[in-house]
Amino acid sequence: MTAKTSFSQFFQGIHDGISICLGYFSVAFAFGIFAVSSGLTPLETIQISAANVTSAGQLAAVPVMLSGGTLIELALSQFIINLRYSLMSISLSQKLDSSVKLFHRFIIAFVNTDEVFAVASAKESVGKQYMFGLILTPYVGWTAGTAVGAFAGNVMPALVITALGIAIYGMFIAIVVPPARADRHILFCVCLSVALSCLFRFVPFLAKVQTGFVVIICSVLAAAVTAALFPAEEMKENNAV
Amino acid sequence: MQYERFLPYLLTMALVTYLVRAIPLVLIRRKIRNQFVLSFLHYMPYAVLSVMTVPAVFFVTNNIISAVAGVAVALVLAFHKKGLLTVAVGASAAVFLAELLLRVL
Repeated sequence: MTAKTSFSQFFQGIHDGISICLGYFSVAFAFGIFAVSSGLTPLETIQISAANVTSAGQLAAVPVMLSGGTLIELALSQFIINLRYSLMSISLSQKLDSSVKLFHRFIIAFVNTDEVFAVASAKESVGKQYMFGLILTPYVGWTAGTAVGAFAGNVMPALVITALGIAIYGMFIAIVVPPARADRHILFCVCLSVALSCLFRFVPFLAKVQTGFVVIICSVLAAAVTAALFPAEEMKENNAV
Repeated sequence: MQYERFLPYLLTMALVTYLVRAIPLVLIRRKIRNQFVLSFLHYMPYAVLSVMTVPAVFFVTNNIISAVAGVAVALVLAFHKKGLLTVAVGASAAVFLAELLLRVL
């Protein structure tokens, strides 16, 4: 491969990552506000984003940290919430061409997010340069968005912060509703998850269970029951979150 | 939170998140065949996001009424397959307006 083609592949990756970057910026902005208003410092919040690059996992981690949860609880909740990345990594490993060496896989894995995976999996195969471009722009957007949200949160009116606090949940709703509308098995899984989650919030005895474990117990139960009742016909990784 | 207490949390979650991504990408080259595992992994993201959203979303605003307004707008926009950004901004705008109204009334 010549230097020129590898550069143009890198640029193509950057280009394809821009829309992800813009979407991440706003969600990370909301996370920054959420984490700081919950009680973390802006610098702690930025470090979480820079080291993890995972929206749902980070959102779940904040209450575990602030409630003084155990490291086991945090590790288990991150494992369960981020388990889907394993599926994406398995699938992505089939797409990487011979330019991607073992060492490069360790780097690409760091930013193998839902959206990066979705873009990469739409391609026939992807090379090293393309993947590096594709993970760079979203990573910058995620970290910068968190920083702006974490610091701007201090100077913004309380009402605006309250309003933006719901933004990250709005994104989750935007991810879940369209596939749930199209696939009644996913809808069943969503309803079961919501029912279980509400049980753990409102039933006195169950409400004592720590937040991180609630996410684990409810999601594993809901996904396992749904998988047992309605085996997925094929892996629809493009629809995965 | 003291930084000495924060750092173990940060390292733990970063390590787990990274390993979950890296181990399969580095080690596993064959496709998974187990139907149950495939199905489980297929449904998992929706279960996780649903559990995290409900009922927590109803308690992130100052008043549950504004949260309901935000969720309602998000559901309608998402049902019509609007993008992530549109739904997130729409929900925020609904909460903003509802909170303003609640202060006036």
